[in-house]
Amino acid sequence: MDVLEKLTILTDSAKYDASCSSSGGERAGQDGKLGSAVASGICHSFAADGRCISLLKVLMTNSCIFDCKYCVNRRSNDTRRAMFTPEELAQLTMNFYRRNYIEGLFLSSGIVKSPDYTTERLIRVLELLRNQYGFSGYIHVKAIPGSDPELVNRLGLLADRMSVNIELPSRDSLRQLAPDKSKETILRPMAAIREGIRENSTDLVKYRHAPKFVPGGQSTQLIVGASPDSDLKILTLTEALYRKYELKRVYYSAYTPVVEHSLLPALDSKPPLLREHRLYQADWLLRFYGFEAHELLDERTPNFNPFMDPKCHWAVNHIDRFPVEINQAPYESLLRVPGIGVRSAKRIVTARRAGSLDFAGLKKLGVVLKRAQYFITCSGRRLEGLKVNESTILRSLLSKKEISLYLPKPQVEQLTLFSDEELAAGKGAEVIAT
Amino acid sequence: MSWTRQSAYVYDGSFDGFLSCVFESYDRKEEAVDIRPGDDCLYTLFDAVWVETDLVKASRVYKGIGAKIGPDAQELIRCGFLTCVADKELLLYRFLRLGFQYGRTVMNMLTEDTVHRLRKAVKHLKTESHAYLGFVRFSDYGDILVAIIEPKNQVLPLLASHFCDRYRRESFLIYDKTHGQALMQKQEGPLTERVGLFRLDELVLPEPSQEEMSYRRLWKQFYDTVAIRERNNPRARLSHMPQRYWAQLTEMQQSHRSAAPSPKRLR
Repeated sequence: MDVLEKLTILTDSAKYDASCSSSGGERAGQDGKLGSAVASGICHSFAADGRCISLLKVLMTNSCIFDCKYCVNRRSNDTRRAMFTPEELAQLTMNFYRRNYIEGLFLSSGIVKSPDYTTERLIRVLELLRNQYGFSGYIHVKAIPGSDPELVNRLGLLADRMSVNIELPSRDSLRQLAPDKSKETILRPMAAIREGIRENSTDLVKYRHAPKFVPGGQSTQLIVGASPDSDLKILTLTEALYRKYELKRVYYSAYTPVVEHSLLPALDSKPPLLREHRLYQADWLLRFYGFEAHELLDERTPNFNPFMDPKCHWAVNHIDRFPVEINQAPYESLLRVPGIGVRSAKRIVTARRAGSLDFAGLKKLGVVLKRAQYFITCSGRRLEGLKVNESTILRSLLSKKEISLYLPKPQVEQLTLFSDEELAAGKGAEVIAT
Repeated sequence: MSWTRQSAYVYDGSFDGFLSCVFESYDRKEEAVDIRPGDDCLYTLFDAVWVETDLVKASRVYKGIGAKIGPDAQELIRCGFLTCVADKELLLYRFLRLGFQYGRTVMNMLTEDTVHRLRKAVKHLKTESHAYLGFVRFSDYGDILVAIIEPKNQVLPLLASHFCDRYRRESFLIYDKTHGQALMQKQEGPLTERVGLFRLDELVLPEPSQEEMSYRRLWKQFYDTVAIRERNNPRARLSHMPQRYWAQLTEMQQSHRSAAPSPKRLR
């Protein structure tokens, strides 16, 4: 089998991994070596599905002794198998990198023989790249569930980022769909990586040249829509992962049906892309906007509203917290206004030092007034001629596309948030707070 | 500070030349209403004044910007000069007028029209140069890697440090077709002459080697395979990677497709 054929098979079976980020660590180039790392990460291309291509994302092999129901590479699936030799992988990486096709390598693997054997093979590839080929670019490598912490540690000293995919957000789903994995086999390597990073950061304080362990941090992926777990469950887990396991990123992958199985969505069902999108929006709110999971979802509403993004949804349900005065509100409150993002909030804080801001000025700062206007005042005044009521707010928050998604349903459904009785009672803006 | 006299300047197109124009305007107490690069024998056509580039005057202005407005203003002006915004010299000049009037505060006056336009232009430059960190595609011609780009702004000065650092052990050339400029790094010669930014009006390249063609094919095959068909989203791709970049992107060329087996056939 030639390299082109191997590349095709091993890319095809690696593509469902959502992560492709090359961010996290800054590393200058070194004399005699090839490569560097940029903190923000660099996208080198965008695939036909609109996702960024930053790393050469391949499996070392798609052979696997596990039989996870949702996975194309599971043992019982009748598919063509291939395996890269360490040399083939190293040469592909170097030659792609020299041409600036990629920012580095994202190496994962099916499990051959045993988790430890697989990890040792991954180590061999990374050693070859780092030591023989002088590769100093970005490497993201998967920690194999169930492998020896000592091996995980060796792998981590060669990589920029490591990840263990949780895939299924609950113990029940794991038991049913991934019988060879357990919560423990997944969390143990995650904890090992966290400890490695912690120890390394104290070592680096003591010895400046201590070898760096996973400087880009660790990440994980959760599959959305393969199991019946709710958004609340996924988001709560996400929050715990950021806090307890100090993850850099949690990725969500809308499940694309690849196999027929009674416990899985049918083969012709579409990947739940909108749901994945809502989870990413909420993830951003956790990481950059100071939100907590329980503010966005609770037992009563365990799933996101498909028609409205989580931040707007929070805002219309907390209308008592608005309007926010642009010229005085602290940064944290500005961030909670629909239509104001991290960048425009920072600009507001900068610009109001030079003088008070009006609505025309906000537009120049990149604030989306169409959304924000209902939630803000400038020097105590609302935008002139603005009618603040439920229907105007709703219409401004839902995009045309969302409204068209909204329309085919019976109208009563659409008004559950603001029922006719409440509107008739004429309670105005207060209605939204209920 | 109201100067009654107005004047139009023509200069040699260099950054120091532009700063010399700023110097002249203050020295003669006249408001510049037009500043454009040009040929010194054509300037009379515009009824304009030719300003000779003077390194001493230019450096006085540049230092003045640092002292009166701040180092971040120097950076903003240097970047602004690389942008493709219409009448960039006049925009920069007006920003400096405001800057010398208000001092550091001008950097916070984000809603002021001139400041807003300049910052927007620089943002555009930075976004484009960041995109090119990823979109530059080198071809291996044996002893040198060569890439061609067609940027709207002059991104080469911003790309230089990244590529020189990353490709320390390589010789490479990036040719900016739009502005007729090239950035080159060599492995031999005196250390100070190994990296250079120079004018280049045309670049003729030899046929790519067999090996080069095979890596292009592998990359194209990877690109096509890694997309998830069920998630096809041409609009998202276009917004992240606008069509104007495609001409120089190896993976967006159609010619290699026929040679590669499709993933479907392999299944």
